[in-house]
Amino acid sequence: MTRISVKVDGTTYEDEVEPRLLLIHYLRDRLGLTGTPIGCDTSNCGACTVDLDGETAKSCSVLAVQCDGSVVTTVQGLAQDGEWHPLQKAFHERHALQCGYCTPGMIMAARDLLGENPEPSADDVRHALEGNLCRCTGYQNIVRAVLAAADAEAASSAGASASSGREVAP
Amino acid sequence: MIPPAFDYVRPAGVEEAVGALASGGEDAKVLAGGQSLLPLLRLRLAFPRLVVDVGRIPGLRGVREEGGTLVVGALTTHHDVVADPLVRRHAGLLAAATAKVADPAVRHRGTLGGSLAHADPAGDLPAVVLALEAELVAVGPHGRRSIPAREFFVDYLQTSLRPDELLVEIRLPKTDAADGWGFHYEKFSRVAQAWAMVGVAALVRRADGHIAEARIGLTNMGPTPVRATAVERALAGAGADGVARAAQSAAEGTRPSGDPSASPEYRAHLARVLTRRSVLAAAGMG
Amino acid sequence: MTEHITESEVGRSRPRKEDARLVTGQTNWTDNIGATGLLHLAILRSPMAHARIERVDVSAALEQPGVVAAFTGRDLAEGTGSLPCAWPVTEDIVLPDHPAVAVDEVRYAGDPVAVVVARDRYAAADALEAIEVDYTPLPPVLDLEDALTDNSPLVHEEHGTNRSYVWPMATGEDYGTVKGRADVVLTRRYVQQRLIPNAMEPRAVVVTPLDASGEYTVYSATQVPHVLRVMLSMVTGVPEHKLRVVAPDVGGGFGSKLQVYGEEVVALVVARRLGRPVKWTESRSEGHLATHHGRGQIQDIEIAATREGRLLGLKVDLLADMGAYLMLVTPGIPILGAFMYPAIYKMDAYEFRCTGVFTTRTPTDAYRGAGRPEATYAIERIMDELAVELGLDPVELRRRNWIGHEEFPYTSIAGLTYDSGNYEAATDKALALFGYDELRAEQAKRNESGDSVRLGIGVSIYTEMCGLAPSRVLRDLRYAAGGWEAAGIRMLPTGKVEVVTGTSPHGQGHETCWSQIAADVLGVPFEDIEVVHGDTRSAPQGMDTYGSRSLVVGGAAVHHAAEKVVGKARKVAAHLLEAAEQDLEFTHGVFSVKGSPEARRTIQEVAFETFSSHDLPDGMEPTINAEYLLDPENFSYPHGTHLCAVEVDTETGRTSIRSYVCVDDVGRVVNPMIVEGQVHGGLAQGIAQALYEEAVYDDEGNLVSGSLADYLVPSAPDLPEFTTGRTETPATSNPLGVKGVGEAGTIASTPAVVNAIVDALRPLGVRDVAMPCSPGRVWEALQSARTGEEAPSS
Repeated sequence: MTRISVKVDGTTYEDEVEPRLLLIHYLRDRLGLTGTPIGCDTSNCGACTVDLDGETAKSCSVLAVQCDGSVVTTVQGLAQDGEWHPLQKAFHERHALQCGYCTPGMIMAARDLLGENPEPSADDVRHALEGNLCRCTGYQNIVRAVLAAADAEAASSAGASASSGREVAP
Repeated sequence: MIPPAFDYVRPAGVEEAVGALASGGEDAKVLAGGQSLLPLLRLRLAFPRLVVDVGRIPGLRGVREEGGTLVVGALTTHHDVVADPLVRRHAGLLAAATAKVADPAVRHRGTLGGSLAHADPAGDLPAVVLALEAELVAVGPHGRRSIPAREFFVDYLQTSLRPDELLVEIRLPKTDAADGWGFHYEKFSRVAQAWAMVGVAALVRRADGHIAEARIGLTNMGPTPVRATAVERALAGAGADGVARAAQSAAEGTRPSGDPSASPEYRAHLARVLTRRSVLAAAGMG
Repeated sequence: MTEHITESEVGRSRPRKEDARLVTGQTNWTDNIGATGLLHLAILRSPMAHARIERVDVSAALEQPGVVAAFTGRDLAEGTGSLPCAWPVTEDIVLPDHPAVAVDEVRYAGDPVAVVVARDRYAAADALEAIEVDYTPLPPVLDLEDALTDNSPLVHEEHGTNRSYVWPMATGEDYGTVKGRADVVLTRRYVQQRLIPNAMEPRAVVVTPLDASGEYTVYSATQVPHVLRVMLSMVTGVPEHKLRVVAPDVGGGFGSKLQVYGEEVVALVVARRLGRPVKWTESRSEGHLATHHGRGQIQDIEIAATREGRLLGLKVDLLADMGAYLMLVTPGIPILGAFMYPAIYKMDAYEFRCTGVFTTRTPTDAYRGAGRPEATYAIERIMDELAVELGLDPVELRRRNWIGHEEFPYTSIAGLTYDSGNYEAATDKALALFGYDELRAEQAKRNESGDSVRLGIGVSIYTEMCGLAPSRVLRDLRYAAGGWEAAGIRMLPTGKVEVVTGTSPHGQGHETCWSQIAADVLGVPFEDIEVVHGDTRSAPQGMDTYGSRSLVVGGAAVHHAAEKVVGKARKVAAHLLEAAEQDLEFTHGVFSVKGSPEARRTIQEVAFETFSSHDLPDGMEPTINAEYLLDPENFSYPHGTHLCAVEVDTETGRTSIRSYVCVDDVGRVVNPMIVEGQVHGGLAQGIAQALYEEAVYDDEGNLVSGSLADYLVPSAPDLPEFTTGRTETPATSNPLGVKGVGEAGTIASTPAVVNAIVDALRPLGVRDVAMPCSPGRVWEALQSARTGEEAPSS
């Protein structure tokens, strides 16, 4: 057993874990954070994608012991004060999910993309999501949703700049 | 699926890691980013008794210059390799090929050293370091040694690293555009996230509108990555019209395997077509 | 104050009610479910395709830390029946015994051999390694034609044959006679590769024994909680009234969760024996072996026509791979296709025969489309070949033979009565969206210039039978169950509404669409409606979700139930308003007296009046709640025209889809956004069959594509942007005018893609490419064409 300390969705947890315990099982079975599901055993499907120290990781391919001292954000930690993340809103509004099993991973992967590239093309979105499988949507509405969320974030940050009195380029 | 049980150590330094590996012998496995090891453990295709997590050893991550050589720490993640300005300037082929490895989440965790030490012939990076004529630096109980890339890949999933050695850095002679170097990595896979069915890493130095020097690394054309030496020889001094002819020798001396997606004959054919395309793109002749 | 809707809910692109929990991670997947004292099941599976079990020893596993119990197949066989097959398609079908865990013999790689039960999943997985099994290998049975020869090894020795059944049908004139007067007769063989459904949520089951109400509760990632309850009771002997089955959030199915699986039986039996709650969760690679596969057919098809391109007759001879056992509806899948080979075409004679064949592979069963994609593929592929033979444009050949819009209702040669449709309208619209003529011109130019990247255009014009199904038709097909669906409406005292449905969604959006349907009839706000489903305690009757039946049967039942509520409410309102029923108008949820609009009662007020029951008409039962069980009078027949343009790199063999246009007619549309989503997803799976996916077995019968690293499910960069359009010919067989949409995209798209690939390569001598049309297969087809050899078709 190895002692670890991990901050997940804002809460710090300290636990004794077996070294072989996968991060996804730590989240689901030990912490009860079942919002992140498991879809495969070869790291192909991306359903278990979380944010680990500011970057996406497939939590089925990370040991919990590797996360000692780390900060993890899951889909359950995205909403702020009950307000959904722009991607959560866009996935809902654009019908970017059907069964919803891939959705947590898709949203986390898309969030990572928008952090690196706030104005992606449709092609950029498709490539950024290449490690996340969806069996229901054919991806088209997922791409639409990510582009819509990018637009929404751009609009809201433009609005924020304007209201803060900073000059906005014409 | 569930990994088998193992003991786990997280050494603080290289020396401690090497000590742990020496004590574990053949039953010890190095864990870097884990993107190759974890799936193997989950499918219970590997049963290490000891896992040595080198992920937090300081000094093994990052890129620096040493004169005409670019030094990439073995723990540098694929994501960081792709984004690194020094890699882009001095080893553009590595950045371009690394951008095609797996998917973004895997690139965040997977490391250059881990990919090379895993030595999967379908992995993209072994052929790339072969073309770049890299030196791979390993540390063992008896100190450091430098292994030329051409001697590193021994067989399917086998390298010349000894069980008690740790790969610490990859040294790449600079291949700057300013010196006439052009590059391209042509990856052919059936779906975006699949392993390469065949890949061609092309690095060419141009002079006076001709190819002065070419180095071609082939992915998945045998149990180890290989250089297409016959093509390289034929390309010396070639212009655009000579590339197609030279590329016809791409499969010479290779031993491609067959699987449900590709027969050995088809792989050989792909190697010829993709070598032509890759060289033309690298030479800016496409 | 209560609100009343004033515009129609049906037809609106309502974002879904389901999404709130799914986008925030507040989900109820079966694997999320816990219970005090929960134990975990793990299953040891056969590593061989075919072997006699000489010995299974679980004693060492029992010594492992945390292991509570371990069972062999023989241990579990006591008191447990065979896994069920509900569709014995012929009277003399060979229907082998199918134990949930193998006893004497394993018959496919992945066949369960032993079970361990442990305190957590890690301990259970470890304990599997300690089980000892001695096998004597037996020869595998893998080739469908060889399996039928006299000297073939047998999958089920005791039955003396690998032939499960032969199912023939002949309609119209005698085919032989008709063929005799044909100018052109073409014969082709097509192969439907095996596919692995790969719903994103792996299967899982949790059983909690004897809760406060004395029941066993079975939570399962299933499409069919109601069917499962009946079948589990029959197989295990747990009385049906002591069994509650819940399908919580279910992450996709595509037919793979239309099943009664051995693991569900084992979990119930083990929970009963141990008196402890148990959970089993499948891993993906385990699922590739243990969850049923789809397709797996060899199709010999012959078409006879006149020189002018009029179809005379069609003959189809199928070999269908059953796999090792007959599961819930295994034998019936190819038979669903039997009715679809004649498709949209008129002809004089049709002959069909299907032979079900046992092999030592994972059993096959329903996968999205189930029989109809196979049929559509074969007919649409051979129609293209016939067009080439006759020198006709492929669209023109179809025009010459399809059923004209003025001819509906039309009884097809296979005996189906297509109630409505307009193939002309859908085709004209699709051709325009696609730019058909321009693409043909570009193609001609590129062929002439010898471009190494060839352009190909594929056409697929389909109809399909869905909305399963009229119960009497099912009887005639020897299907054991009925095809009705149940709906209930509960008007709550505060004016809110519960809609109870017997359909069981796993991504389709029933909560949203059923709310839209009920809101329109009842005149209550969409937001005030809750849809109750997937739990045999709260939604006790149903036939569940498969075969694109939910909206057509279940949604229509909701409509009927809501009308019954309004009918009852009208009586109460008339009483309260002291008016005659026929003098009441009901609009937007308000009853008012004709001519005096101030005299009014809302339906919510009526609901409250019935709750208090202080002032009801004499003799009236104090409720306006209603139930309706709808047994449809016909299938529904969506149709459409799909056009695909591909570019094929003749050097590498790689196919890229340049554009994909489809115009589907799914009748009236309840939620256009959801319909479009269903079409997109269907296209993705059909295209995946054409280009990427295949369950590959080696010569020993091992599954080579055993994980998602080897079985290629496409991701976002592997699929194109689709252009979708619709035409709308309402169905006449249900009050909503709706047709099924869940499988249409899958059914239509596979032949559109392959037709396009062959169209691109035909000038180079290629006549067919076997699916999946991987770059390697395309290259080999080109090689064979160059050397003048026929490319292998499988």
